[in-house]
Amino acid sequence: MVRVDGDDNGGASLIRVRGLDKTYRRGSEVIHVLQGLNLDVDAGDFVAFMGPSGSGKTTLLNLLGGLDVPSAGSITVAGDEITHMSARKLTAWRARHVGFVFQMYNLIPVLSAAQNVELPLLLTNLSPASRRRHVEMVLTIVGLADRMRHYPRQLSGGQEQRVGIARALVSDPTFLLCDEPTGDLDRKSADEILDLLAQLVREHGKTVLMVTHDPRAAERADTVLHLDKGVLVEGAKAGRR
Amino acid sequence: MRYRHLLLANLFRRPTRTGLTVGTFAVALFLFGILAVVRGAFHQGIDVAGTDRLVIINKVSLIQPLPFAYRDRLLRIPGVAQATFATWFGGVYQDERNFFPQFAVDKEHYRDLFPEFLIPDDQWQAFLADREGCVVGVGLAQRFGWKLGDRIPIRGTIYPGVWEFNVRAIYRGGRTQDDTTQFWFHWDYLDERRPLDKGFVGWYTVRITNPDDAVRVARAIDDDFANSPFETKTDTEKAFAASFVKQMGNIEFLILSVGSVVFFTLLLVTGNTMAIAVRERVRELAVLKAVGFSDGLVLGLILGETVVVAAVGGGLGVGLAKLFTLRGDPTGGLLPFFYLPPQAMVVGVVLAVAVGLLAGVLPAVAAMRLRVVDALRRV
Repeated sequence: MVRVDGDDNGGASLIRVRGLDKTYRRGSEVIHVLQGLNLDVDAGDFVAFMGPSGSGKTTLLNLLGGLDVPSAGSITVAGDEITHMSARKLTAWRARHVGFVFQMYNLIPVLSAAQNVELPLLLTNLSPASRRRHVEMVLTIVGLADRMRHYPRQLSGGQEQRVGIARALVSDPTFLLCDEPTGDLDRKSADEILDLLAQLVREHGKTVLMVTHDPRAAERADTVLHLDKGVLVEGAKAGRR
Repeated sequence: MRYRHLLLANLFRRPTRTGLTVGTFAVALFLFGILAVVRGAFHQGIDVAGTDRLVIINKVSLIQPLPFAYRDRLLRIPGVAQATFATWFGGVYQDERNFFPQFAVDKEHYRDLFPEFLIPDDQWQAFLADREGCVVGVGLAQRFGWKLGDRIPIRGTIYPGVWEFNVRAIYRGGRTQDDTTQFWFHWDYLDERRPLDKGFVGWYTVRITNPDDAVRVARAIDDDFANSPFETKTDTEKAFAASFVKQMGNIEFLILSVGSVVFFTLLLVTGNTMAIAVRERVRELAVLKAVGFSDGLVLGLILGETVVVAAVGGGLGVGLAKLFTLRGDPTGGLLPFFYLPPQAMVVGVVLAVAVGLLAGVLPAVAAMRLRVVDALRRV
């Protein structure tokens, strides 16, 4: 269940955002990107954020992922208030709770698919054999078990994005943040990626927050939220369940 | 090391660039190795000098002789235990390029004063028994293919004529850095044949009973011969060797200057290369940070790359320098001690790693300070 009204409703949300402000200063001008934003997302939700360029979608995603700090307000994820964490704590928190999927995939070209996926696991205490098992498992989930040794340049855009999703999944994060995950793909590949994300929500109980410009991509989410001038507005619900 | 494959993958991302950077380190460290060898060659005399030996030369200059009669007077000075002498011969074997030092030596005591030169007793006895006999270092014997019994003609430049000698003994050095390119023969033989300077020697070497007493004994010797026609100048063997090196110019300063310029250039080249490498990977570094790599870890990965390049290049360079020295003195005898000691090799690699670390600091700090949000926004 996704809410933007700021009512506590028992306080059981996985992600709870209250009064979130983000302002930038450009010379003497103060730009309000997000203004008093409230949001509650439950575990297992698939939320799409839409809005025109500059509406603050990516900024919101960066704040939820602990990549940026808000000017005011609070973000609580699974009981952890992240807005006042130190940079070091925030880094450790990200490693444990957040899986990032980027529009441009952002794979490391000199590493194979398996090595790219393994990156977040290097920060854990897992043994090499255990890491290998985890990597094999997630690459199987995204349908690339037979491409483990391939390098990014040997993969199609859709396959690269699948590797990106596998990298985001491998450490079993609390939620996935996807920034335009289909923005650089053709329609067929985009549909496959969206199918995969929906499958992760449906079959693996993952929580997915996705920024997109594409209405067809947004249709796949349970909830579509529109950001306009820094304010969240609830949109149509797909009614998947 | 769990990040090994990440580090290696980044190093091999642009093999040509990495190869050239490793090559830069290798060339610089090769040069360092050769400079260390040259420095060692010039300092060899100082390094091997005996702490209990004093060298006495004519106060006017080294080329002015001293009377043979001084030997007995030296032995009477308190603190002097033994005394011997030698004279520079300065001959030419076959060609002037075949330089090696030739000394007419005091056959009775010379060996006692220089026990670091190891000579089999039977060979030494054969030398003593042959007035035209000579003792050659093993390095010299190998250089010219001499063996016991060979007859060696040497053309005198100070003392005219062709002088012929029989190889009766071959000495080895007791230590790695001992000079094994010397040629000794009987001073008696020289004194008998030369038309000038009869009854004179080139310099004396004395052993003192207590090395801590060197200054006092040196002063006593010079005082004893003060106001005589042949006043003396006495130094410890180390000081004598050092003054000899000084005559060649400030080799130390020259080597230090060249070495500093080379390492500074290396620092700039490597620093620039690493800065380019980091700039090219801004997005990737941002992704690493996004997935949870800490600032310190990113710093360590960048520094790790420069250290690996520096260590491999540095190791290669000093290794090549070592190989080069194994071929022996390339100057034809001017640098008889042409040797790269293991300590210098270690210092070279440590210096290379230090330069690598230093060169990597700025790019690594830039990577460490990178804000993920800003980096991901860049195209």
